[in-house]
Amino acid sequence: MNIFTTFKLAVRALWRNKVRTFLTMLGIVFGIGAVIAMVASGQGAQAQVKEVFNSLGTNVLILSGGAQRSFGASGGAGSRQSLTWDDIAALQSGEIPTIKYVVPTMSTRTQVASEESNWQTSVTGTISTWFTVRNWEATQGAVFDEDTGNSSAKVAVIGQTVATQLFASASPIGQAIRINGQPFEVIGVLAVKGQGPRGDNDDIIIIPIKTYQQKLDKGLAKYLKGEVLISMVEDGQAETTMAKVSALLRDRHKLDANDEDDFRIRNPAEFAKAQQDSTERIATLLALVAAVSLLIGGIGVMNIMRVSVIERTREIGIRMAVGAKPIDVMTQFLVESLVLAAIGGLLGLALGYGAAQYMASYFGWKFFFPAATAGIAFAVAGGVGVGFGLYPAIRAAQLDPITALRYES
Amino acid sequence: MAPPLIEMQDISRTYVMGDNLVHALRGVDLTIETGSSVAIMGTSGSGKSTLMNIMGCLDQPTRGSYRINGKNVGVMSKSQLADIRGRMIGFVFQSFNLLSRTSALENVEMPLMYQGVSGGKRHERAMAALEAVGLKGREDHHPSQLSGGQQQRVAIARALVCEAPIIMADEPTGALDTKTSFEVMGILQGLVAQGKTLIIVTHEADIAGYASRVITLRDGLIIEDKAQAPVDAAKELARVTAEKEAADRALAARKGERAS
Repeated sequence: MNIFTTFKLAVRALWRNKVRTFLTMLGIVFGIGAVIAMVASGQGAQAQVKEVFNSLGTNVLILSGGAQRSFGASGGAGSRQSLTWDDIAALQSGEIPTIKYVVPTMSTRTQVASEESNWQTSVTGTISTWFTVRNWEATQGAVFDEDTGNSSAKVAVIGQTVATQLFASASPIGQAIRINGQPFEVIGVLAVKGQGPRGDNDDIIIIPIKTYQQKLDKGLAKYLKGEVLISMVEDGQAETTMAKVSALLRDRHKLDANDEDDFRIRNPAEFAKAQQDSTERIATLLALVAAVSLLIGGIGVMNIMRVSVIERTREIGIRMAVGAKPIDVMTQFLVESLVLAAIGGLLGLALGYGAAQYMASYFGWKFFFPAATAGIAFAVAGGVGVGFGLYPAIRAAQLDPITALRYES
Repeated sequence: MAPPLIEMQDISRTYVMGDNLVHALRGVDLTIETGSSVAIMGTSGSGKSTLMNIMGCLDQPTRGSYRINGKNVGVMSKSQLADIRGRMIGFVFQSFNLLSRTSALENVEMPLMYQGVSGGKRHERAMAALEAVGLKGREDHHPSQLSGGQQQRVAIARALVCEAPIIMADEPTGALDTKTSFEVMGILQGLVAQGKTLIIVTHEADIAGYASRVITLRDGLIIEDKAQAPVDAAKELARVTAEKEAADRALAARKGERAS
């Protein structure tokens, strides 16, 4: 019997039991849908963690003031001002050879305004090497150079989100904005970075740190009210650098051997790695659960095909009497379960695609359609159809024509 | 000389039923030539159904040799038997055995699918077969929309469509009323006239009367094998129809008298 006829027969047989076919198919639909949605979300989540990690700049340590303790309650890192500008100068002096750049930063959220619009955003005061360490360039205008970075010039480099909010589609370069009531000239717009650990990376304004201190803070002070980014010469120097920075600061702060650090050094790479690992583990787990649901869907197909064979015993007998060979009967049932699984698989693909897209927008991560996984899932659906349809199909083919003909349902 | 169409030698069939051995057939020798019409008679348990199953290649004997057209069926695989059934034998069953929820046309087309006949040819041949049994215009009806006689005619069309030389009918009129039985037997006799070999299994002497040879089985052995002049079903049908019309006219006449 040719395969096209077999397909037509299969579709017709399935169509005859629409409700049952549909319900059986649901098992496959949800199984495949779940696999795709879970794998897609897992990839999305992992990509997001990776992006967060990348947006921090690779190979960077973050140094902040220690925790302020009042009556035993910790105020958290940086709540105590303990890093002086002299400390920063000492770190920059080249005493620790693995250090490449030392970048002090100060940040606050404040109101900014252009002629047309205003916006609440994060304003960071820093020096020119910040852009190098963060690996971030301007797409329009330029970031500030070393001299500007060290000056108290009233210039600003703005993120794309700020540019859009304040200037819509007009070019912001050379335009004046007011930060905290102070006029600044926009000299550059940063490349788009997307989501970061603290929300939208592009919702940012960078100004020289001296200007920041004078115009947004209480003037030049002895202590740095912010964080210091420390970048290293090469990868894999985090451990030694952390130890050396710690030793240097403890020495400068005249801490005894049993005193607690009055500063904190974090390694975001390590943090990101841990987060990435846990995300990966969860993603794998979810995919496994989804795979189990697909398996259950497959068992549903097997069960229904088995019932179908029993119900149609007489039909099988008739077909055999008029010349159907065992292989014809087997193929018929096999193709039926294959068609069932394939249609279920297609619907599952659509469902998984939709679910993945919805979850991506809901959780704010990038939408991934795992084409390879979708392909595999679809192949698995086909495999389920053949695999789980095989046993009932073989049973059908092995029926004795006389017994089958006499079968009373 | 061409070998006989059906040639059975010392055919035995034993079943195991629980702890008992049942000897359904105990050494049957039988030869049937092309173009004959044979009735196999016997009470239930005589072995006639077993004989028909073996003849129809639905079952295989435990002992003995069976040749169709000189080919030894005893050594064939399930697949080869299916092929023989498809090409050599058309079945007509007491319970029609049509596929439900499937049109008459598709039922008739079905055997051709297993012969690998293409869609267009299938349609053409199935339509011709339906026309031959007088069901033109009913090809789209499902079995549930057809009368018993019509269903049996669909089944006959299905048996004809592969142009198999042998038609095997197992109690073909068992589920039909007398008049419809004549119709169906008429069609089957017509096939014999066209050169087909007809084998009817029945326990009714009336039905056996339409065959030119009657074989009687008892306890798994042939006890009688005789030739006879067959009753013509078409004439019978005409006679019965005429009688019924006469009766109807008489009835109508009486009604008329009473009304006046």
